[in-house]
Amino acid sequence: MSVQVWTYLLVGITFALYIGIAIWSRAGSTKEFYVAGGGVSPLANGMATAADWMSAASFISMAGIIAFAGYDGSVYLMGWTGGYVLLALLLAPYLRKFGKFTVPDFIGDRYYSNTARMVAVFCALIVSFTYVAGQMRGVGVVFSRFLQVDINTGVIIGMIIVLFYAVLGGMKGITYTQVAQYCVLIFAFMVPAIFISFQMTGNPIPQLGMGSTLNDGSGTFLMDRLNGLSTELGFAEYTDGTKSVIDVFAITLALMVGTAGLPHVIVRFFTVKRVKDARKSAGLALLLIAILYTTAPAVSVFAKMNLIDTVSNEKYSLMPVWFKNWEETGLLTFDDKNKDGIIQYVADKDKNELTVDNDIMVLANPEIANLPAWVIALVAAGGLAAALSTAAGLLLVISASVSHDLIKKVFKPNISEKGELWAARGAATVAVVIAGYFGIHPPGFVAAVVALAFGLAAASFFPAIVLGIFYKKMNKEGAIGGMVVGISLMLFYMAKFKLGWLGEIPDKSEWWFGISPEGFGTVAMIVNFIVALVINRFTPEPPEEVQEIVENIRIPSGAGEAVDH
Amino acid sequence: MSEKQKKATAYWKENVRYLFILLSIWFAVSFGAGILFKDALNTIKIGGFKLGFWFAQQGSIYVFVILIFVYVRLMNKLDKKYGYNE
Repeated sequence: MSVQVWTYLLVGITFALYIGIAIWSRAGSTKEFYVAGGGVSPLANGMATAADWMSAASFISMAGIIAFAGYDGSVYLMGWTGGYVLLALLLAPYLRKFGKFTVPDFIGDRYYSNTARMVAVFCALIVSFTYVAGQMRGVGVVFSRFLQVDINTGVIIGMIIVLFYAVLGGMKGITYTQVAQYCVLIFAFMVPAIFISFQMTGNPIPQLGMGSTLNDGSGTFLMDRLNGLSTELGFAEYTDGTKSVIDVFAITLALMVGTAGLPHVIVRFFTVKRVKDARKSAGLALLLIAILYTTAPAVSVFAKMNLIDTVSNEKYSLMPVWFKNWEETGLLTFDDKNKDGIIQYVADKDKNELTVDNDIMVLANPEIANLPAWVIALVAAGGLAAALSTAAGLLLVISASVSHDLIKKVFKPNISEKGELWAARGAATVAVVIAGYFGIHPPGFVAAVVALAFGLAAASFFPAIVLGIFYKKMNKEGAIGGMVVGISLMLFYMAKFKLGWLGEIPDKSEWWFGISPEGFGTVAMIVNFIVALVINRFTPEPPEEVQEIVENIRIPSGAGEAVDH
Repeated sequence: MSEKQKKATAYWKENVRYLFILLSIWFAVSFGAGILFKDALNTIKIGGFKLGFWFAQQGSIYVFVILIFVYVRLMNKLDKKYGYNE
């Protein structure tokens, strides 16, 4: 069978599976819609969290980014996993004990203020929308390359699928589809990685293959060879990178703290039964994520080696089929500057003739390595699973923010259970349509902003939540002040140094403390902490009953189920 | 302070001590070994890996996973000790 037929088959089967699960796990109450009824097992929640977390960016883009960034790519590996340690130790158990439906719920109640709640809703919406648009785009890219449909049609098909199970099943439907999606995506990621690792080094475990010698009888270590080739072509050594230490430090921290502060991740820990389960499920989630995250850097190394071997100084006319296929998508371009018909892939911009988009490294990897058709098709199904699962999780946060935090808690407190459920479904539908619109007409800033969603989460939520748990006397004035200043500072820095909304984008040398916009979340977070603590000193203590809530969430027993008020 | 409150305070103190220790390790493997001391560690090679690079792209992640499971164990024990388990 051809790649095409395999792809239709595998994507068709997985989509049918997701829809089947959605019908089986329809939500009947708001509690099921927001937190899957609160009785999800730690393992199922771990798998769902992992799928929720691993987006199109993790599956499709990350290994490619690392392949071209080398050591600098470590920021994503450490940043997107280390955050789970913070989440497990500092947030998840306490938020589970607190036992509400959403993150703004916690902020609103802990800081006894609807203003705090509104600020939190605003932050949650900004973070989630920027993130979800990127997912829809990912769905479109996979569809257009593997199923030969127009990118817009791809986005619309993706929208319909997500709409179906997110609107029907809410958190319950999403959780169980995500369990299935985790299995699909991890299988799809590991199979080609194992094949290629075995092919190149004779060791089937990619994590070890990466540090082994090449299979060509030379006895050279793969990494040494890659370092050698990189220098030869004028690039920095693969294991070295070009970013400054302070910037790597800041970006890693911002991504970690941002991960811990992302509402769609936090909310997953409301779905388990006990505090104990929340801790365990964070551990399982990270374990399941680590399988992909420790394989990805190996894939990067294999892919980069294979790419250089295949194209560098070879005749353009002799390029394999995949090269032409990807040229058609515009994600790979060859510009024969010196008209010699040979591909020069070098660091020098004036002489380099090949540009390769980060995104195709994972998608094209099986083709580059000549793997069987079904493996190539599997990667397409995996990429879709990764994008859809994350999109669904984000849509739920958006719909819960609107129906629960805004309508129920602020504007119409006497809304009926049924009314709220319909409001949640309506909000999810509107959110899918908006996300789809941004997927089809991506404003230039979406791609840039997705990476910054973490900075925004770090700058806004993380300090407010941590202080809310670990500092009993933290009051609303401080928390609100911190969040507002933190997120404004981050937005300002983004607008100035990344989006160019405030005149021309200044040169790198003008970055504050030498920190890039991606890493600035760290600075904004620290400012948030300082502002919050300073304001706290000069304003009244929180009321006695709030301090009691804090005492109470520190003790794990008696969590009960996530409840409405 | 009531007996109940004393117990809660003691539990919280032990919990915070665990957090401090575990987060120190978290910081040491990622920001320490993977970033600040990467160049020094890169002079050591294990197999095909330079050590600093290995910590940044592999080792730190393994340690993160272990840390959470150690935390889960410690806390389950602590919950039992104070009768907060269920």
